[in-house]
Amino acid sequence: MTPIPQNKPHPSGDNRFKLLDRAITKHQANGDALIEILHAAQGIFGFLEHDLLIYISRALRLPPSRVYGVATFYHFFRMKPSGEHVFVLCTGTACYVKGAAEIQKAVEHQCGCKFGETTKDGKISLVSARCVGSCGLAPVAVLDNTVAGKLTPEESAKRVAHWQAEKKEVPA
Amino acid sequence: MTIEDLRELAEKERDRQSQFTHRVLYCSSAGCVSSGCDAVKESLKKTLDETGLSKKCEMVGTGCLGLCGEGPLVLVLPDPTLYQHVDAETARRIVVEHVAEGKKVADHALDLNSPFFSSQKKIVLENMGRINAESIEEYIAADGYEALGRALTELQPEEVIAEIRKSGLRGRGGAGYPTGLKWDIVRKGKSDQKYVVCNADEGDPGAFMDRSVLEGDPHRVLEGMAIAGYAVGASQGYIYVRAEYPLAIDRLRLAIKQAEKLGLLGNRILESQFNFRIDLRIGAGAFVCGEETALLRSVMGRRGRPRPRPPYPSEKGLWDKPTLINNVETFANICPIINNGGEWFAGIGTPKSAGTKVFALAGNIRNTGLVEVPMGIPLRKIIFDIGGGTPEGTEFKAAQTGGPSGGCIPKEHLDLPVDYEALATVGSIMGSGGMIVMDSTASMVDVAKYFMEFCMDESCGKCIPCRVGTKHIYLLLEKIKNGEGTEEDFTLLQELCTMVKETSLCGLGQSAPNPVLSTIRFFRDEYTRLLKESPAFAANGGNGHAHATAGKEA
Repeated sequence: MTPIPQNKPHPSGDNRFKLLDRAITKHQANGDALIEILHAAQGIFGFLEHDLLIYISRALRLPPSRVYGVATFYHFFRMKPSGEHVFVLCTGTACYVKGAAEIQKAVEHQCGCKFGETTKDGKISLVSARCVGSCGLAPVAVLDNTVAGKLTPEESAKRVAHWQAEKKEVPA
Repeated sequence: MTIEDLRELAEKERDRQSQFTHRVLYCSSAGCVSSGCDAVKESLKKTLDETGLSKKCEMVGTGCLGLCGEGPLVLVLPDPTLYQHVDAETARRIVVEHVAEGKKVADHALDLNSPFFSSQKKIVLENMGRINAESIEEYIAADGYEALGRALTELQPEEVIAEIRKSGLRGRGGAGYPTGLKWDIVRKGKSDQKYVVCNADEGDPGAFMDRSVLEGDPHRVLEGMAIAGYAVGASQGYIYVRAEYPLAIDRLRLAIKQAEKLGLLGNRILESQFNFRIDLRIGAGAFVCGEETALLRSVMGRRGRPRPRPPYPSEKGLWDKPTLINNVETFANICPIINNGGEWFAGIGTPKSAGTKVFALAGNIRNTGLVEVPMGIPLRKIIFDIGGGTPEGTEFKAAQTGGPSGGCIPKEHLDLPVDYEALATVGSIMGSGGMIVMDSTASMVDVAKYFMEFCMDESCGKCIPCRVGTKHIYLLLEKIKNGEGTEEDFTLLQELCTMVKETSLCGLGQSAPNPVLSTIRFFRDEYTRLLKESPAFAANGGNGHAHATAGKEA
């Protein structure tokens, strides 16, 4: 078996590929670990671009169709960049019974875009999740990786408005 | 490490714990984390340091304490006192008043004799609120890894399986296949390599039992898997866990590392000839991967698409080798069975459904959270005694079990005993344990539509009845809900449901029509009312009359 990941830096000079190569080597460039490697890639790059998928397919010696097929089959993998802030609304049964639909309406109204989309300015992504498993606190949303329970439509819209009011950080 | 070393370690840890007069356990499961248990932890620590009590009183982050809706929760031992809605200030008072002066903080204390606690029987959840979820020493002090040690030193693999068969344990993933029988088939398979897989892809919306077990007591699952590996002759295990459960993943990673360090996983476990490794596989958000053949494909890095059975995974599973797949809760039941004997377990619950079942209570109910009850307990007891019934001013309408594969159980059937067979008689299933209570405001047609949308979205697309059938059922339900349905639509809906149920390839499609069929069975009048409102009905005058009477008969 030949270790595929090159020792040469990626032609783009992007150092993130070094991290990805490390993850691939950890799994001995084994195609059976494709999902693990896609997780790693999304963790490093934020989303899975086509070029990135081709890079992975070469490194794992898999047909691009297989890599693309797996990446698009699973909800967790994103093919587009997400916004600065992410609002993940749980649409599980408990949240549904407790009125997640009202929250959905309020947030969509506030952002001017639907769930599954990102606002035009790239500030907020609205994502719906199947169930985040915090049903005891329904209705639940995950705001930038922090779970917020027992939400109301008003409170949700307020949180989103707060994000919208933030000034864009200017990189120094 | 030998089994004697293990017992010595347990003794040492118990000695260490006995130095403290009090143990303050705060719930560190996802539910309480989102209710703000970090602030509680900070405050406890700060107050203990300030008052100089940290030598007398130990603070511990423990697994789910049950009443998720009232969190953050804090338990003080000895003389168990459980506090609800704890914030930083209450945490300070718990230390200053309860620990230092022995005065309970009455306004936050819960009554531990209330039916919520007294009606439960804890086997799977016994360590929740007893041990630190991140400490292997505390798990060992609570007789952890004792069952594995006993199995390896005293029992032959056949004897382990005999014990499991005697216990009558059935798969807790929902289908209820006898666990001992499954183990036996894998054991008898001839192969140089076998696998043990733990299904922790808890995809049912509204279910969080497995998450809580993995977060609160990860070692118990690892130990159960290792015993299974020994019994069936496997040396490699995989846990397939959802990416949506980051805390459970972290705790499992830590637990595997700890167990490997002590020689409780890896090569020559407890200095025997038995080798067993466990690796994690992280799911990526596909409901169908809860189906075992789809799960196996996902473990191998492919699209999660099911295949026909037979051959069953117990004959041809991962890489075509015999593979044992059990649910998290099934593995969590193994250690107590080995420790206490199969007969003890068979004595709990009903003759055909032995043991206990963990349910996740949620929806329109007063006490939301995690409960464990003996099998065969009436549904009414779970919902009204333990769950406290629906909130004031609302009336119970239906309980939904089994998620998108299950059904809605109406008021008339509240006295139904909760076991695998009884739930099937009313068109629902035990499922993995999600129990969502709905009150009078819920529209059952809407509920059916909600679940069908879920199944339609999650259908993998491999077989036509599921891919196309769920879509059309959904469209028909939408039409009826919008008041545009005709009688033909209603007939077609029922025919389609039967067709999808009978001809789909895997469990997802076969059970997808269940919520529709069960709501039609018990809440037919809601459908007929919507049909009557439709303009098509008005245009078609007398046609609907026969229909309305048919509804009454049901």
